[in-house]
Amino acid sequence: MAISAEREGGTVVAKADGRIDGSNASEFQADLQAVIEDSDQALILDFESVSYISSAGLRVLLLTAKTLEGNGAKLALCSLSEPIREVFRISGFDNIIPIHDSQAEAAAAISG
Amino acid sequence: MTYKILVVDDEPDLEPLVLQRMRRHIRRGRYEFVFAHNGIEALEELQADPGIDMVVSDINMPRMDGLTLLEQIPNVSPDIRAIIVSAYGDMENIRTAMNRGAFDFVTKPVDFDDLQFTIDRTLEHIEQWREALSTRDKLVALQNELDVASKMQQSILPTAFPSGPSYKIFGTMHPAKDVGGDFFDVVRLADEKVGLAIADVSDKGVPAALFMMSSRTLLKGSAIGTEAPGDVLTEVNNLLNEDETTGMFVTMLYAVYDPATGVFTYASGGHDPPLVVRADGSSELKPLTGGIALGVLGGFEYRQDSFQLEPGDTVCLYTDGVTEATNQQGELMGIEGIQELFASAPPKGAEQSCMGMLNRVLEYTGEAPQHDDITCLTLHRD
Repeated sequence: MAISAEREGGTVVAKADGRIDGSNASEFQADLQAVIEDSDQALILDFESVSYISSAGLRVLLLTAKTLEGNGAKLALCSLSEPIREVFRISGFDNIIPIHDSQAEAAAAISG
Repeated sequence: MTYKILVVDDEPDLEPLVLQRMRRHIRRGRYEFVFAHNGIEALEELQADPGIDMVVSDINMPRMDGLTLLEQIPNVSPDIRAIIVSAYGDMENIRTAMNRGAFDFVTKPVDFDDLQFTIDRTLEHIEQWREALSTRDKLVALQNELDVASKMQQSILPTAFPSGPSYKIFGTMHPAKDVGGDFFDVVRLADEKVGLAIADVSDKGVPAALFMMSSRTLLKGSAIGTEAPGDVLTEVNNLLNEDETTGMFVTMLYAVYDPATGVFTYASGGHDPPLVVRADGSSELKPLTGGIALGVLGGFEYRQDSFQLEPGDTVCLYTDGVTEATNQQGELMGIEGIQELFASAPPKGAEQSCMGMLNRVLEYTGEAPQHDDITCLTLHRD
């Protein structure tokens, strides 16, 4: 699991890859904390290269969403593979975190 | 950090000499020296001052010699290392000292550069030793914590299952090596109905086990007073959200089976959907009910769905330890693995199909590490 981030105005676009599970969830959390700043308006997480996410990974997303919400900022996901999309559908997390097909779509939804 | 070194020698001139030759290291705060003049005094000093890191001792001294002192040091503080100062060429005493646990030796007349080098090497060894000890202690603490969590998890699982003239229930949980968060429960309800719950807490260890206990208690309380599974999840979710700040959540499927009609009503809070297997081995995944994992969003209204269970049908509930079972090539089994199992060997009852699912998962994973609990709960209508 690794994260790379780019900043475009008040929006941070971060790409995660590999497996996100109990063995690296705290690292994932620390990495996300490190890329978001108080001034940010939104975080778009690109999951194109994520192969697996466990409930420990979902928990980090939930905490991140709550942190951002506290700052008045938004979280969106994009480019999920079908199995990962299924995890969000079954867990119901697609009810609380918006999911988009591409970075462009996510950016449009956030600014719109 | 300053290391405290106890120098033991009956020679009164040694103390000023050490302080003079080591003055730069003393001034820099690297070494601090304390002195004793025989083995007895040294042991008293060690007992009085637990801050002493190492000992440099002469051999021939009145009252208690250095070789006897070496034997006694571990009784006072087992993690202290000692350097022995012996006469040049006195191999017999040096051998004895080393056999009694001395870390190293220097010879007289003392070459202070060599002494300082030997002290540093000893301190380095002590550092590594302490680090190893602390890692071991952490592992022991972690293991104890995981043992507690594991016992809590096992203690809440039912061991006997309600059954009726027309149905049987069976459940099993195969724990992951590092303690997961699965549990299941079966509750007798009014009018011969029975409630079935299966759940997976998002974390591991003692906090997750506590969260598991409270989820299960809330569920049990709510299930007895409330009929509709959707309403039960709504209530449990609201209670879990009241003091939820850890981001912990639990996926849960709760269902009520009515043996009088064969109707199976279920609500899923972020949990995998039920699999219904017919007597001929064909199977069908029932739809999700659109619920979120419990503990995520207070005020959420959980919906439910229902289906008719025919004689010979089996409902299989399971956690992601089944669907996300991974083989040595890193491939997920998916629910298809279970559907294939039943297609080739149709279920013959609650216990047989439950254990069949578990064994299928264990066969699939083989020697691959099992990261998650594997839990199966089945209801078979005769």
